[in-house]
Amino acid sequence: MAAATLKDQLSGLVNSMFAEGLLDDQFTQLQMLQDANNPGFIAEVITLFCEDAERLLKELTTLLDQVAVDYHKVDAYVHQLKGSSSSVGAQHIKHGCIRFRQFCEENSKEGCVHALNLVKHEYYRLKTKFETMVQLEQRIQAYEGQQQQ
Amino acid sequence: MAITAEAQFHVLAVDDSLIDRKLIERLLRTSSYQVTTVDSGSKALEFLGLQDDDDDEDSSDSSPSEIEVNLVITDYCMPGMTGYDLLKRIKETSSLKDIPVVIMSSENVPSRINMCLEEGAEEFFLKPVQMSDLERIRPHIMRRKPADPEEEEQGEDQPQPSQTPPVLPLQQQITNDNTAMAMAPDSSSSSSKRKAMDEGLSPERRRPRCTVTA
Repeated sequence: MAAATLKDQLSGLVNSMFAEGLLDDQFTQLQMLQDANNPGFIAEVITLFCEDAERLLKELTTLLDQVAVDYHKVDAYVHQLKGSSSSVGAQHIKHGCIRFRQFCEENSKEGCVHALNLVKHEYYRLKTKFETMVQLEQRIQAYEGQQQQ
Repeated sequence: MAITAEAQFHVLAVDDSLIDRKLIERLLRTSSYQVTTVDSGSKALEFLGLQDDDDDEDSSDSSPSEIEVNLVITDYCMPGMTGYDLLKRIKETSSLKDIPVVIMSSENVPSRINMCLEEGAEEFFLKPVQMSDLERIRPHIMRRKPADPEEEEQGEDQPQPSQTPPVLPLQQQITNDNTAMAMAPDSSSSSSKRKAMDEGLSPERRRPRCTVTA
């Protein structure tokens, strides 16, 4: 498949993610930072984000499974997830984290569990598309690498 | 696009988040700065040539780093030493106090912003930091970088030969105006405050929440 077709697929995917509100303007900033000298920047950042998010979601699940919930720790992890989702433009996750922190402040276990499930849902929805994005980016890079030879 | 001289400016970026380190590194490199990233305030102090204890505060040249750092940009919320703590340490150290420091934070807390600016931070950026924010750090680097003592005596970034004739008042005025703009703390800090406050839509503004209380 030609690189142009792959690029069309990629921009179609990204545009649909913008349209759905999965991504916000920060992702546009990331796109601006990727260029011929740094072709793998976006793939690298979103891969790191997914690893980081899964680690944090796992920690949060464990913390909320406790009988006595440590809301300071929960809030600290949500703060981290909010930060990284904000940095990559993952808008729904960021907003989910903001609501999550409100439940932390209220020390509401039920609210926190509910918020965590929402964030997880948003994350897995985004992850699938990010994985497709990374694959397309890598295939495009491979083609463009070949063309230079 | 970038002046060759800018490639020599070295920025130390401090952030405990790996993603944010990647981002700030890319932003700075795109702006032609050399970058070192570290994940904690104590590592930043190590890189700057200080030990992370109170004994060496008065010691001005305790094994200074061979790399000259022209600006430190640090996250505010970090476990252990916060960005504010790091700022204080830098400003309290005679060999480091002239290094401009910029604070980044994901949270828009006016009292936090004021505290950092009062402690000597040049700018306060709301995260996620963008290319347009980085344009604001250039005047701080240019103002503070004494390439050699002669240049420092002449004034700021004037690429004029030593035998500067005491004429060209118009050019001098333009340079002074640029310098004045760069040095006016009110305009730059209020614009950074404005950016921070405009984006403070979340109710979190009321809570100066951080993993470490400042």
